[in-house]
Amino acid sequence: MSSTVLAPAHHYLNDGFGVKSWLLTRDHKRIALLYLASITFFFFIGGAFAVMIRLDLATPAGDLVSDDTYNKLFTMHGIVMVFFFLIPSIPATLGNFLVPLMIGAKDLAFPKLNLASWYIYVLGGLFTLYALVSGGVDTGWTFYTPFSTVASTTKVIPAALGIFITGFSSILTGLNFIVTIHRMRAPGMTWFRMPLFLWSIYATSLINVLGTPVIAITLLLIAAERLFHFGFFDPARGGDPVLMQHLFWFYSHPAVYIMVLPAMGVVSELVAAFCRKQVFGYAFVAFASLAIAVLGFLVWGHHMFVAGESVYAAMIFSILSFMVAIPSAVKVFNWTATMYKGSISWDTPMLYAIGFIGLFTIGGLTGLFLAAIAIDVHVTDTYFVIAHFHYIMVGGAIMGYMGGLHYWWPKISGRLYNEFLARIAAGIIFLGFNLTFFPQFVLGYLGMPRRYHAYPPEFQVLNVLSSAGASILGVGYLIPLVYLLWSLRYGRLASDNPWGAVGLEWMTTSPPPTQNFAETPIVTWEAYDYRAPAEGRVA
Amino acid sequence: MFPGTPLFPERASTMAGRVDALYFFLLAVAFFFSALIAGLIVYYAVKYRRRSPDSVGSAIHGGLALEITWTVVPFLITMVIFVWGASVYFAMAHAPAETLNVYVVGKQWMWKFQHLDGQREINELHVPVGRAVKLIATSEDVIHDVFIPEFRIKADVMPGRYVSIWFEATKPGRYHLRCAEYCGTRHSGMIGEIVVMDPNDYQAWLSGGAPEGSLASAGEKLFADLACNTCHRPDAQGRGPVLQGLFGKTVTLQSGETAVVDEAYIRESILLPSAKIAAGYQPIMPTFQGLVSEEQLLELIEYVKSLRTQPEVPTARPEPSAPATGENTPATKKK
Repeated sequence: MSSTVLAPAHHYLNDGFGVKSWLLTRDHKRIALLYLASITFFFFIGGAFAVMIRLDLATPAGDLVSDDTYNKLFTMHGIVMVFFFLIPSIPATLGNFLVPLMIGAKDLAFPKLNLASWYIYVLGGLFTLYALVSGGVDTGWTFYTPFSTVASTTKVIPAALGIFITGFSSILTGLNFIVTIHRMRAPGMTWFRMPLFLWSIYATSLINVLGTPVIAITLLLIAAERLFHFGFFDPARGGDPVLMQHLFWFYSHPAVYIMVLPAMGVVSELVAAFCRKQVFGYAFVAFASLAIAVLGFLVWGHHMFVAGESVYAAMIFSILSFMVAIPSAVKVFNWTATMYKGSISWDTPMLYAIGFIGLFTIGGLTGLFLAAIAIDVHVTDTYFVIAHFHYIMVGGAIMGYMGGLHYWWPKISGRLYNEFLARIAAGIIFLGFNLTFFPQFVLGYLGMPRRYHAYPPEFQVLNVLSSAGASILGVGYLIPLVYLLWSLRYGRLASDNPWGAVGLEWMTTSPPPTQNFAETPIVTWEAYDYRAPAEGRVA
Repeated sequence: MFPGTPLFPERASTMAGRVDALYFFLLAVAFFFSALIAGLIVYYAVKYRRRSPDSVGSAIHGGLALEITWTVVPFLITMVIFVWGASVYFAMAHAPAETLNVYVVGKQWMWKFQHLDGQREINELHVPVGRAVKLIATSEDVIHDVFIPEFRIKADVMPGRYVSIWFEATKPGRYHLRCAEYCGTRHSGMIGEIVVMDPNDYQAWLSGGAPEGSLASAGEKLFADLACNTCHRPDAQGRGPVLQGLFGKTVTLQSGETAVVDEAYIRESILLPSAKIAAGYQPIMPTFQGLVSEEQLLELIEYVKSLRTQPEVPTARPEPSAPATGENTPATKKK
């Protein structure tokens, strides 16, 4: 393209250089980068645990670590990845960066609260790191009682406290987004002109605000029971361990949608930008996000089909679980239809979007197996479930995150990454992911339970395939770390709109100025309107 | 592909075939939609690839007919799966009337089995082929889970509760028992075998050793040792309710509510006697928490159950003569 790209004279990255200018910043874009650094740190910690788990499972006896260590590895992998990477990932980084830019605002509604959210996240992270280095915790990320309250001798309370604290950063970020989207849209930016990413961030924020307090209460009750033996969950004192499971999944099932809804929003942006076409059925995709957020609160009982739930309760949770699959299916069909007669480029972000649609489809369809009670009875608590939710969370949420990171990287950093390496890495991640997790579906139906440190020898071949895939996947994630960091210093300067995309964020400089826009934009066009005359749009 | 590497589990119960049939249907649905989506994406990505840097896509905004189609069709398919899955589950959840009962106690990290005839086993359970077997399971400590992959059944085993799970094995052999709910250090070592035998072999195995008599007789001895029989007498003169014929009945409680006398009720009455006082009695029974083990509880329960076959004595005082009627009227409740 044009070789005469010049960096803007003033932008948010050169508006102050000291440590203080970062740690006391109120700029949503800098706070997004603080989050980006923190969650990347936790991603590679969680990833290191995953590598050790897969190495250990390369042999049936689990020769690498002891059984207690193994139990701590999968617990810490789950806690770190769910609460410190996946839940904040897209909202706290891309959401923070993009929500004001996409609606034409100068910042979020509460910039100081936004910075406070990051500090709260870090504080929670420190408690979790303390739990980790002081001996770890072995309850599983699910903290089931009475194991977590009576039997476990590990650092349950610091770990629970870390998650409890971090939850407040989710709540506050959610509040910030909701208020910002309601109150700070630029003139002409009506709800139905908003990019679909904002609909999904809005839906996610609703879940964050309404659901997170419940996990906070649950963890407090566990800590109180562990410390003071209150007996909420202890049958010997008239309590009930299943009560804890209800409370836990009332948050933790919607939390799945906290993880995947933002990725769906990213994919809507990517499909539109790289097909240069309006998303098919905009309103259906937008309302599907809200439908998922609402229905997602009504299906928690499908985690407890074998936990003594009554036959009729199980049936109600089963039918509701099938219903929540419908809006997800609607989204997949709409994305696919968007590609019809598009102008499709195969740039790296689009490769991730295609990967997302394929893998999320498999993840969603295997969810139907788990919603069908008779099948769930056989495969729940086996590797089938592990494979299913990794297809949603890694194949879905992380694919979406990686796609979004690549798509907006020129806007965030003002630089271009190496496209060749990026495509190679996307391919490696796709292959490594499938090799890791597809054999686990087979293992699960065969009857290999999850959280097993040792397993029967006849399962070894499938486990070795999975471990081999994990090492490929690990390499796949390290390559972007290298070339993205490299691009910060050596990458070619990015133009304001390197993809030729529409959307307010592409109408300001790369990187944007601290105030985002020289003057507040006035929106007179629909979202993704690629055929309208590009007035005021920088190509 | 690799010898010795199974790709599909054996089918060894009456339920396994029904679960697998639904599984294959779901596989077909999943394969169809995955192939459809993946095929369309790849086809479009190639066919509509960008030919010149400035080209944009067609102005297509959506289509109501398509939206309705891909909302309604998946909905109907999922409802078929729901009904199918729920009906198989319904059969799983309801054991036949006549079952061979075995008590199961899970603890970190072993499975203990008690047959009604008195045999005890650890991490191994012998059952006959072709007969419905009901496992009545509880845990001594944390939550465990009985999982027998070849039978396609699974149930969490919880402290303080009795969970029933049933199966009918269809061919003799040795099948896997695995704990499927994470329970600590040796979770993956909490495994065992279900040995399914021909009825004749099973009879031979049964007669091979029943050291201390039946479970109920052990319970009867314990009932006397713990002096339960001083208050719970068969003649309605004791300070506690008469237990003869009580199992399976509905009793009225002091609170006016009713309770069905099942395993869990008896267990609770022994461990937390004041939790549910039968109407007409004083809360004077001491707790036996810490004095009786889970296995002894099962012996006592089995003894109380065995009392149902004794000659009828005058009906116990708290038991309404017509339990099915009048239970929910306000008048009864106020009492």
